[in-house]
Amino acid sequence: MIAETAAAIRRGELRARELVESCLSRIASLDALLGCFLTLDGERALERAGHIDEELARARQHGGRAAGGTGGLKARGGAPGASGGNQAGDGLLLGIPYACKDNICTRGVPTTCASRILEGYVPPYSATVVEGLEAAGAVLLGKTNMDEFAMGSSGENSAFFPTRNPRDTTRVPGGSSSGSAAAVAAGLVPFALGSDTGGSVRQPASFCGVVGFKPTYGRVSRYGLVAFASSLDQIGPLTATVEDCALVMEVLAGHDPRDATSADVPVPAYREVLGREVRGMKLGVPREYMGEGIEPGVREAVEAALRVFEDLGCVVEECSLPHTEYALAVYYLVAPAEASSNLARYDGVRYGLRVEGGDITGMYSHTRRQGFGAEVRRRIMLGTYALSAGYYDAYYLKAQKVRTLVKRDFEQAFSRYDLLVAPTSPTVAFRLGERTEDPLSMYMADVCTIPVNLAGIPAISIPCGEEAGLPVGLQIMGPPFAESTILQAAHAFERATVGASWRRRGGEGR
Amino acid sequence: MSIAEVEHVAWLARLALTEEEKRVMAEQLGRILDYMEKLRELDTEEVPPTFHTLEGMRVPLRGDDPRPGLEREEALAAAPDRADDLFRVPRTGEAEGEGA
Repeated sequence: MIAETAAAIRRGELRARELVESCLSRIASLDALLGCFLTLDGERALERAGHIDEELARARQHGGRAAGGTGGLKARGGAPGASGGNQAGDGLLLGIPYACKDNICTRGVPTTCASRILEGYVPPYSATVVEGLEAAGAVLLGKTNMDEFAMGSSGENSAFFPTRNPRDTTRVPGGSSSGSAAAVAAGLVPFALGSDTGGSVRQPASFCGVVGFKPTYGRVSRYGLVAFASSLDQIGPLTATVEDCALVMEVLAGHDPRDATSADVPVPAYREVLGREVRGMKLGVPREYMGEGIEPGVREAVEAALRVFEDLGCVVEECSLPHTEYALAVYYLVAPAEASSNLARYDGVRYGLRVEGGDITGMYSHTRRQGFGAEVRRRIMLGTYALSAGYYDAYYLKAQKVRTLVKRDFEQAFSRYDLLVAPTSPTVAFRLGERTEDPLSMYMADVCTIPVNLAGIPAISIPCGEEAGLPVGLQIMGPPFAESTILQAAHAFERATVGASWRRRGGEGR
Repeated sequence: MSIAEVEHVAWLARLALTEEEKRVMAEQLGRILDYMEKLRELDTEEVPPTFHTLEGMRVPLRGDDPRPGLEREEALAAAPDRADDLFRVPRTGEAEGEGA
């Protein structure tokens, strides 16, 4: 869909400005209810889209090659050491509006992480992914709501307001990339960026019935992504279709000298594998993801999806990831430990909120108490405890050792299978307020997605059915840098189910 | 977790919690840590930790070359309090001879 739209803009059949206008008017009519956006940057988006249209018109008039999208449409630049890893600047996303999760820095546009402590903060530089999208011609429409500092699985931990699920507004959209998933699901934007530390792209994609991708750790630059848990965080796209996902991934992926954890691995043309048949592909179904705790309706939808893969000629077998049951405990030690360290920077000195409290320590302590919400405070406390003298070996180090066992499970499975297939979430979208009183029950929402982050591998969530009218997500996991194989399988499934009854609602309003 | 432990950790984390918040935190963290006890079931004596997942990947560091950074004004633009070209903070200690 995005590729066709960008082509129409390039040919002058559709004006980029009209497309931005139509997104803005849809946002104006729906977002008061949904709460997807924290910041809208409509004026600047219209202006930029207008420039794109003018430049294309000029290029057409001069009979020359239509503007490549790079010339006059380069990033505003000026970022320190700008040399972005992503040079996919050949106008792949020319004139395509997008929304960006509010923990990804956008020069000149507020970036708050949905936290009081960063309310009104305007970053002096853009994330590498934002520069890359701009160079590819994409138009930033605004910043999306999220669980504060990406800590949460429902969107309800935003310090400002919760986001509602477009499929049923009494339910949560999932989290933490709540606004991004809901915005794509409601057709407010063609695509959005999210970040995934324990499932924060895939789980909301599953709840809202869209496509969400968590790339291999190191595949996409984290420069300019506000750090939560640095060994787990990855930026990924939310889109309506697998093809759109592949297209956006071509722009996002790549080595970035500004991110020391960015891998120098060539970026394949992800769209090239789409449409290739998947006959003979070996898919493992880890039994730990299909048992107790998985809603029957979710299991049935996933089982039906497995039959589709069998019909496509895949070999589908049950397998085992025996340490799965420990992954949640590992994650909720490792991620808060890293977060407690990363969030030490919010001290009321250089940016953000300051609350006076006597001496400097009092100022720090009151600023942080008032600036952080309850879940962020809880995780900082948990992480600080796990790293503190006397507990480091018992909790933090122990967790990192068990993480090795979780990772080895995947390595062994991928020695026998091309991909692993499982539910993205044990349940469909739950009701607002249903889990806010009990942190552990909220943590359980990520039980199927967390192991992937611990192992650093890529995984996608795609819609695969419905339970009581709510979307069910299918998770496809692959070995490191197997993004292409994942997209190939996801696309084959999407094509094979294009007429399925549960898909009918998905296209609503687009 | 005891209230005293909560107070110690809150001090390390620079979080000024109210008495009620300490009580809730003790109860919630206690339950979460009980859940973590599960990890003790596993013998990890011979297992190395995984602090990151980049092993075997080409992750080159960039050259150690000077390049422009943030302009001073850009760096100071978001400061809650500043004095000329500096971030201003509350007094961090007492000057000699100054009484409390």
